[in-house]
Amino acid sequence: MFADWPILSLLIWLPILGGFLVLAAGRDAPHVARRLGLAVAVATFVASLPLWFTFERGTADMQFQELASWIPAFNVNYHLGVDGISMPLILLTTLITVVVIVAAWESVKDRIAYYMAAMLVMEGLMIGMFAAMDAVLFYVFFEAMLIPMFLVIGIWGGPRRVYATLKFFLYTFLGSVFMLVALIWMYIQSGSFLIQDFHALQIGLTAQILIFLAFFMAFAVKIPMFPVHTWLPDAHVEAPTGGSVILAAIMLKIGGYGFLRFSLPITPDASAVLDTMMIVLSLIAIVYIGVVALIQSDMKKLIAYSSIAHMGFVTLGFFLAFYIYSNTGDWEGASLGIAGGMVQMISHGFISAAMFLAVGVLYDRLHSRQIADYGGVVNTMPWFAAFFVLFAMANTGLPGTSGFVGEFMVILAAFKADFWIAFLAATTLILAAGYTLWLVKRVIFGAVANENVAGLSDMNRREFFLMGVLAFFTLLLGVWPAPLLDVMNATIDHLVAHIAQSKL
Amino acid sequence: MNFEIPNFLPAVPEMFVLGMACLILVIDAFLPDSRRDVTYGLVQATLVGAAGLTLWLMGPETILTFSDTFVKDPMADILKLAVYVTSFLVFLYSRPYLMERGIHKGEFYILGLFAVLGMMIMISGHNLLTLYLGLELLSLSSYALVAFWRDNSRATEAAMKYFVLGALASGLLLYGMSMIYGMTGSLDIAVIAAELVAADESLNIPLVFGLVFLVVAVAFKLGAVPFHMWVPDVYDGAPTAVTLFIATAPKIAAFAFLMRLLVEGMGPMHADWQGMLIILAVLSLAVGNVIAIAQTSIKRMLAYSTIAHIGFLFMGILAGTDSGYASAMFYVIVYAITAAGGFGMIVFLSRKGFEADQIDDFKGLAKRNPWFAFIMLLLLFSMAGVPPTVGFYAKLAVIQAAVGADLVWLAIVAVIFSIIGAFYYLRVVKMMFFDDPQEGAEEPVQPSGALATALSINGLAVLLLGIFPGLLLSLTHYAIIG
Repeated sequence: MFADWPILSLLIWLPILGGFLVLAAGRDAPHVARRLGLAVAVATFVASLPLWFTFERGTADMQFQELASWIPAFNVNYHLGVDGISMPLILLTTLITVVVIVAAWESVKDRIAYYMAAMLVMEGLMIGMFAAMDAVLFYVFFEAMLIPMFLVIGIWGGPRRVYATLKFFLYTFLGSVFMLVALIWMYIQSGSFLIQDFHALQIGLTAQILIFLAFFMAFAVKIPMFPVHTWLPDAHVEAPTGGSVILAAIMLKIGGYGFLRFSLPITPDASAVLDTMMIVLSLIAIVYIGVVALIQSDMKKLIAYSSIAHMGFVTLGFFLAFYIYSNTGDWEGASLGIAGGMVQMISHGFISAAMFLAVGVLYDRLHSRQIADYGGVVNTMPWFAAFFVLFAMANTGLPGTSGFVGEFMVILAAFKADFWIAFLAATTLILAAGYTLWLVKRVIFGAVANENVAGLSDMNRREFFLMGVLAFFTLLLGVWPAPLLDVMNATIDHLVAHIAQSKL
Repeated sequence: MNFEIPNFLPAVPEMFVLGMACLILVIDAFLPDSRRDVTYGLVQATLVGAAGLTLWLMGPETILTFSDTFVKDPMADILKLAVYVTSFLVFLYSRPYLMERGIHKGEFYILGLFAVLGMMIMISGHNLLTLYLGLELLSLSSYALVAFWRDNSRATEAAMKYFVLGALASGLLLYGMSMIYGMTGSLDIAVIAAELVAADESLNIPLVFGLVFLVVAVAFKLGAVPFHMWVPDVYDGAPTAVTLFIATAPKIAAFAFLMRLLVEGMGPMHADWQGMLIILAVLSLAVGNVIAIAQTSIKRMLAYSTIAHIGFLFMGILAGTDSGYASAMFYVIVYAITAAGGFGMIVFLSRKGFEADQIDDFKGLAKRNPWFAFIMLLLLFSMAGVPPTVGFYAKLAVIQAAVGADLVWLAIVAVIFSIIGAFYYLRVVKMMFFDDPQEGAEEPVQPSGALATALSINGLAVLLLGIFPGLLLSLTHYAIIG
């Protein structure tokens, strides 16, 4: 019954227009802004559910397609559609936005209507980016979402917010403009901006490598990979809680999504040539950034570095494919790695969101993110401590949580490629346990550290609800990942079959 | 000897503007100072009327008249309409500025109207002399406009600079034209093009020699590096209302001038002028974007930003393809709309005795008036080329033209400099949204009158054209390609 609805357009424009409505109606009435913002976010989430339930599992075709002419002069169309890779990410976006809106309920005090509006507009833009089948449309959404994020960090951020937000904007802008040139070059070759036409385009190896590098600049900055990751800790530390959650849970996934949508299928031969570079950079992210996370004294910074390490797993999973093929001559392990990377992205969406929210809960009470200011929180906030420990365990990849599934799949794939890659990747299990559990020990356990901690009150219903929702999904995905894998399988198999064919 | 009565019809808008300008000049002389609004109203009505005439005469065919010295084609129609719209906005924005400073005089509008006439002639010129006459009419009016606030020494100084360098450029242009005339034996654009195709190779060097002068003169007028020195001084020194004028509509006319002269006339020498324009484009992008960072005056900053935009404009033209010309045309129209909004915002924030021409004056605007901070945000992001504003599509179009002409490296240079450019636009956004207002300037900005409404429409247009860029892009494609 939903097949004929322009459901993707609804998901894009409902939050964007809703955001402006919040701005118009709630400027001088914070209560209206909060309730209206929540209503729009929930409505968008509900509207996104049919995607999951009526999605056809067995096919790699684009579904829920919408097509309208947009810029005829350049053959650019308003062309939307989702497959098994983008659909789960859209659902993640709609869910996390509800969480972010609820999280801002009391913790954002200044200009709440603007905050709600920025978040909702950003949601629409992110969904648009995941749903775009036209490269220009993709690029427009990809860039446009920088504007609300720039404002969110700059207006509601911490003391060094201006530096952080400028760095965030310029880094991402720098990466993406080269992608624009690459997209235009492919348009000149193919006469169309349809991403699938780019997939079919035959490109020579030199050109492929240049295009790959252009995409790499855009997506490696976004995901972020070593050595272009330095904007992320700054942005995370300065961003307000909601901004951090959106950044970690969704924006980082855009980099991973871009690799799957653009880099691998458009430049498979260049990916095969450069896969060693990508694997090495991923391993550096996993091992080196893991070590860097150990020494952080700021909770948000620690989680930010942990995000980079976890995203290293994603890129590792994606680019193992070619390594596995050249070692074993079969593509089966390749699917495993890519699927593992995807699961890791979704799972990290829940876990990182929860971790940042947890820091936000503490920050709202004591206005400090320094680990040293806490200790023995379990004594005053037992419920909070329980959730915190759960998410910490998920972050370390404990079996039974979603963190385990993706990492396990990627490590399994890595074994097919090379023992040492698997060995280095597996060190993350130790490192992540090291920095996360040490964080838990210093913040949660032990004797009550000071008077401030002694005066803490446990989570209220709102915070409990947020943590509960995220915990539910973390555990669900941990014990029963099959539905998610079902959705992605056909698309990933199709992708692997596509990259198995050389374009030369 | 036959004497044919020329076909006046294609030039009716020009004749209308000329007639009205003379008429308003007379009327204005008899008006008391308190009734200058009549002049203003008549000038705006003239623009509306000219737009109506141009729309009425609009057609897909190319018509030559007045012994082939005047051309009316789709490009001319659309560029003229763009000139009317931007000039209308400019006069509307200027009025409160002039009134507050006690310089609300009829000359401003009448000189402006003569400048508009000059632009129309430049757009429709099909002969080196017609083009030159149009350019001079525009230039002389502009010099007088810059000097028009007599008591202001900075404006007078700016006018001097503008005049001396402008006269130099005109001299270069005439010199180049005379060389071309000498080699081809004609002043007619179409004949020159035909002669160039048939030209003997031995003429190559003198032709390139003449071409260099033409390109330099145009670069002077547009303010491309290294002929840009006058731009920041004049933009900064002139009263903001005048800066607003000379920074917007004349660029549209200059684009047409470039098209008529280089593309239609010297088109067969594309290989020669392409190299020259590449150098000008790269230098303009580099110098404009880098030096803008160091500015503390927003008028100077926007002046350098204009220089950088000229670099982008050249990129579209030098590609040498129809889609390249169309993209450059799109770029210049988008630039004019955005720049009108940007300078209009300075006018909007200024008060008597307070020019609001420092970047710091924008501090905390989001607290003083969130709506206009949002409008300025749209304008700035459009200048930086960030979607979903229309500036992005302008950049997309010219970059596509460059890539299509196998100039990928130039496209990469352009995007690198546009990242550098993004920084100084973002800095203004930062001041508006993240900083607190300066001391003594905390009071909210009260929007009032037509200026506020028009400025809002201007800003929203930048967003709406960005969400629906198809129409304007198709129009420019229709104008160039048919």
